Formats: sequence, C-alpha cells, structure tokens
Amino acid sequence: MNFSATFGTLSSNPHWRRMAWIVIALILLAAPFLIEATLGRSWVRITDVALLFIMLALGLNIVVGFAGLLDLGYIAFFAVGAYSYALLASPQLGIHWPFLLLLPLGAAVAALFGILLGAPTLRLRGDYLAIVTLGFGEIIRVFLNNLNRPVNITNGPQGITLIDPLQMGGFSLSQSHSFAGLTFSPVHSYYFVFLVCAVLSIIISLRLENSRVGRAWMAIRDDELAASAMGINTRNVKLLAFAMGATFGGLAGALFASFQGFISPESFHLIDSIMVLCMVVLGGMGNVAGVVLGAVLLTALPEALRYIGPLQQSWFGEILVEPSDARMLLFGLALVLMMLLRPSGILPPRRRRMAPPSLVTNRATG
Amino acid sequence: MEIFAQQLVNGLVLGSIYALVALGYTMVYGILGLINFAHGDITMIGALVSITVVQLLAAAGMPAAVTLVLAGGVAMVVCVILGVSIERVAYRPLRRAPRLAPLITAIGISILLQYSAALIWGKQYIAMPELIEPTRISIAGAQLTDLQAAIFLLACLIMAGLLWFIKTSRMGRAMRATEQNPDVAGLMGVNTNTVIAFTFVLGSAIGAIAGLMVVLYYGLGHYFMGFMLGLKAFTAAVLGGIGNVAGAVLGGLLLGVIESLASGYIGDLTGGVLGSNYRDIFAFLVLVLVLVLKPSGLMGQHSGDRA
Repeated sequence: MNFSATFGTLSSNPHWRRMAWIVIALILLAAPFLIEATLGRSWVRITDVALLFIMLALGLNIVVGFAGLLDLGYIAFFAVGAYSYALLASPQLGIHWPFLLLLPLGAAVAALFGILLGAPTLRLRGDYLAIVTLGFGEIIRVFLNNLNRPVNITNGPQGITLIDPLQMGGFSLSQSHSFAGLTFSPVHSYYFVFLVCAVLSIIISLRLENSRVGRAWMAIRDDELAASAMGINTRNVKLLAFAMGATFGGLAGALFASFQGFISPESFHLIDSIMVLCMVVLGGMGNVAGVVLGAVLLTALPEALRYIGPLQQSWFGEILVEPSDARMLLFGLALVLMMLLRPSGILPPRRRRMAPPSLVTNRATG
Repeated sequence: MEIFAQQLVNGLVLGSIYALVALGYTMVYGILGLINFAHGDITMIGALVSITVVQLLAAAGMPAAVTLVLAGGVAMVVCVILGVSIERVAYRPLRRAPRLAPLITAIGISILLQYSAALIWGKQYIAMPELIEPTRISIAGAQLTDLQAAIFLLACLIMAGLLWFIKTSRMGRAMRATEQNPDVAGLMGVNTNTVIAFTFVLGSAIGAIAGLMVVLYYGLGHYFMGFMLGLKAFTAAVLGGIGNVAGAVLGGLLLGVIESLASGYIGDLTGGVLGSNYRDIFAFLVLVLVLVLKPSGLMGQHSGDRA
C-alpha cells in the first residue's frame, strides 16, 4: 500500500511525528467548535456519542479482538454501568453521590458482572460462548425491565429520569460556561470529558496490547492448548479479559447515564451489542486504530443515513422507504458485503496476518 | 394437578414448534459448524407469507383445508428459495474465512430479513384470520383445541419423517458423511456443495411449516418474531446436543415443557415476587446450565474442543 508506505516514512521521522501529533491534538481540541460551525449542534452531540462508542468498542476489542472470546451481550456491561450511576445519582432512590465516586464504582460493578459471566462460561469456546453471552445480555435487560415490582428499583420500562449531570463542587457540566472567549455548552463540556476518557482508553488498549497479559490473550486466541502448554493460566487470563472489557463498558455506561440524564432498558438491546461488535469487526478486530475508526464510522453512518428521508423526497417526490428502516437495511447489507470483501476489517491487525491460516479457519475445512 | 397437566400439554405443543425450528439450526451447525443466525428470521418470513396467503385466499372464499395447504406450500417455496440463496451468497464464499466472518454475515442477513419484512408487512402485529372454529378437546383434565393437537401431531410426523430420511436415504447418508468430515466425504464422491445446499432446503422448508404453525398457534405475526423464536430454538438444539437431529427434537419438546411449567409456577413458588413476565429468561437459564454442566447436550456424542 502506497499510503501506508508514505505514512511509515513520515512516522519514522521524529520531527514529523511530533508535528503530526500536535496537529491531531489541535484538531481534536477545536473539533466541537468546528463541527458546530459546519454541521450544527446536533453533530457535536453525535461526536460525544462517538467518543463513548470508542470506549465501548475498545472494551469489546479486549474480549473479542485480543482474547478471541466472542461476546454478543457486551451492552449488558454498558447497562450495568449506566444503571449503577443512575440509581445512585438520581431522585429514583433519592441518593445523590458525587460522580468521582460513582465512576469507579460503576466500572467496578461492571467488572464484577464480567467475572460473574466469565466464571461459568470459561470452558466454552467460540459459538457457544457467543450464545451464552447473548443470553446473559437478554437476562440483564429482562431484569431491568421487570425490577419495578414488588419493590421499585429500576422503574421498569419507563426508565430512570433526572439523573445528575457530572459536577464537581459548584461546577456542573449541565450549564454553559464561558472560558477564554468561548462558550462551552453542555455538549462541548462533555466532549472534553469524553475525549480525555477515550484517549485514556486508547492508551490503555495500546499498552495492554504489548503487555505480558496482552500477549497471553493473543496466544489464547490463536491456540488455547499451545498457550496453556506455554505456562499461561488460561482461566485467570480469560477472566481478566472479561473483567477488563466490562470495566470499559461500565465506565462508558456511567458517563452515558450522566450525559443523557435519562436511561431505560430500551437503550440496551441485543442490536446495540451487535452494533458495538460490528464496530470492532468492521474496523479490524484486534487493531486499536481500526476499532476506533470502526466506532467513529458506525456512529456517524446511521446518523448520516437520516438524510435518506429528505433525499427520497427530492428524488421521488415521496418517502418510499422509512428512513430508520432504510438505515437498518443498508447496515445489514454493509455487514454482509464487508465480510465478503474484507473479512479482516478495514484496518486488519498486522499480527493476525502472521498466524498460520489453519489456526484461524472455519471448522468446515477439516 | 390440573394446572400441571394443562401446562404440560401447552408446553408439548409449543415445544414441538421449537423442535421444528431447532432442526434447521442443528442440521446446519452439524455440517458447517455455523450458527445460522438468519434461520429464525426465515421462519418469520414463512409465518408472514402464510398469513398473507391465508388472507388472500380466505377473502376469495376458499375452503379452510385448501387454504392452509396452499399457505404452507407457498411459504415453503419462498423460504427454500431464500435459504438456498443465503447459503450461496453469504455463507459459501466464507467457508474458509476466519470463524467469526460467517457469523457476522449471518447477523447481517438476519437484520436484512427483519427490515425487509418490516418494509413489506409493516411494523405492526398482523392478525391471522381464524379459518376454523376450534373445538375443545379434554385430555386428563387438560384443555386443548383440535388445532393444537393437529400442530403437535404434524410436527411429530415431520420430525419422524426427517429422522427416517437421514437414517435411510442416499442423501441422508451423504449428509451424515459430510457432517463427519467434509473433505473425506468429497473424496468419496459426495458432492458436498449439493449436500450443504440440500441441508438448507430441508431446514428452510421445515422452518416455513414451523412459521405457519406459530401464527396458527398465537394468531399473530410480527417482523421481529423470528428473533426470540430463533434463540429458543437454538437453545433447544444445544440442550439436545447440537448437530444431533434426534437431540433437537428432544431438546425442543423439553424446552417447551420447562418454559410452560416454569412460567406457570414461578408466581406461586416465589410468592408472587417474580411473575410470568420472566418467561423468556428460562430458555437462557437452561442454556447456561446445559453449557456449564453438560456442554455436549443431552444426546451429543462428541463435544470436542468446541464445547
């Protein structure tokens, strides 16, 4: 690839590299204002959501991409994080704890659920694990939907409203602030909080990838038997992957709850798990850059496809296909085509290519 | 005791439908090692197509028996065409791809089928016209309609027929050979591509009949109905030992009974704390328990390294 070769020479030059990082940082800092000026306020909100999804996708990438454990119920950890935050910072139970306490708490509760799910399912591999995790995700949702009686905990399908925004001392993210001549409305403030979290997630993911644990995960992914023969404690290492992935999900969930101010079980459907999985797979499983790209693309794509409605109006004079349905149709089509044309994703991980094909192929070959 | 008998009968009827759908999962999994995520949605298409046919024919004043046979026939043709094309387009090119790739295309196809159905039939529930006034039969204190009895008997007939077919026919032997080892079966002169396509034909046709039965049983169809049905059928297949056709039958019937009894008694057992709105989680609890305690399922011979 010509592009990657050019990029390679550029990135090997330390001076250019530093310049590139500074430019990227400046773009990221100015992004919400640039986006608001060009595309409007709603796209700043979409950018915020994209940052959350980057965290989610990176968390799932640890489980699926690094450790090779297919998890189809990942959104459950997002839900657990969101509900932990919402219950302890809303009028629902009348508790209002500070978010600095609740963020780690949400992450910890999600990690606990990750271990709860992981422990009984560790012996399973591949498709079986996928179905059990899928069932786990549905069980969590069914409980969230029904835990409104006999004691009202989750408020059932109506969800929890009036969740506290992020605030520290007198500084609340739900109000607009002026700083250095710029007005920071809530979507802007949240952007910067989420940006910090997303960047931290990226750094942690990259560090994990090259760590002892990361190598152990990949060894298990490529050949569990060989990995355990090499002295890897596969049980503990796999549990760690589940817990670590769930932590990312829980953290993102807590942030989501504070950002939205309202959550209901409707936000945590199987289709959302699949969406996050698609971000990972589409971008390139196991490759952090690919996963980030996948998360951004798949958050932006459905939003961009909202313009299908007006487009149809101007082309055919009427709306032939409901825009939300058209989005899902195109989405399904994209999944199929993507897998047929580029089964390893847009940016496939380099390490994957070195694995002998026999280890990663389908069972039907023999 | 009466409640018990009633729930048992309900469970058996529902379970026979689960079993029919589970056959489609288990046959494809046995041969390709792939969870055909779209199978539940093929059943959904079968259900909605048969509702449409019944609506059209009932309006034309056809006799009920002819209407039902025609509805089943049309649904089968549509589902078989769908199933075979899905295999050809989405699964066959990926047979030697990384394991997750065909699973993702299967999810993509499932989404495509659901929203195509939403486009064609809309997102509201569609009612199945009532063709025959059901007569009530009473067996050992349990009430059931003749329709439910017919569903159960037909399902049993289809399952027995399939078992016999796989056991005795030439194609059945080829299917079993391909399941054991596709490469060697190919060397022995079995055209594995034909066998795999034929498996999809069988699975989709049976799925279509199951779809017709579901709408006859519940009287309603919906574009999203294939999802839960598919999950439960898959659970049934795993419960019986995935890849094992007789296991799918046993698993389906058992799951239906477990679900009926559990949702019938959960209110009493927990003193009203948990109600029958928890119905859908029993299937998953069963699934998790089976996979943890006996991953090869009730009738699975080999679990190998995949379990």
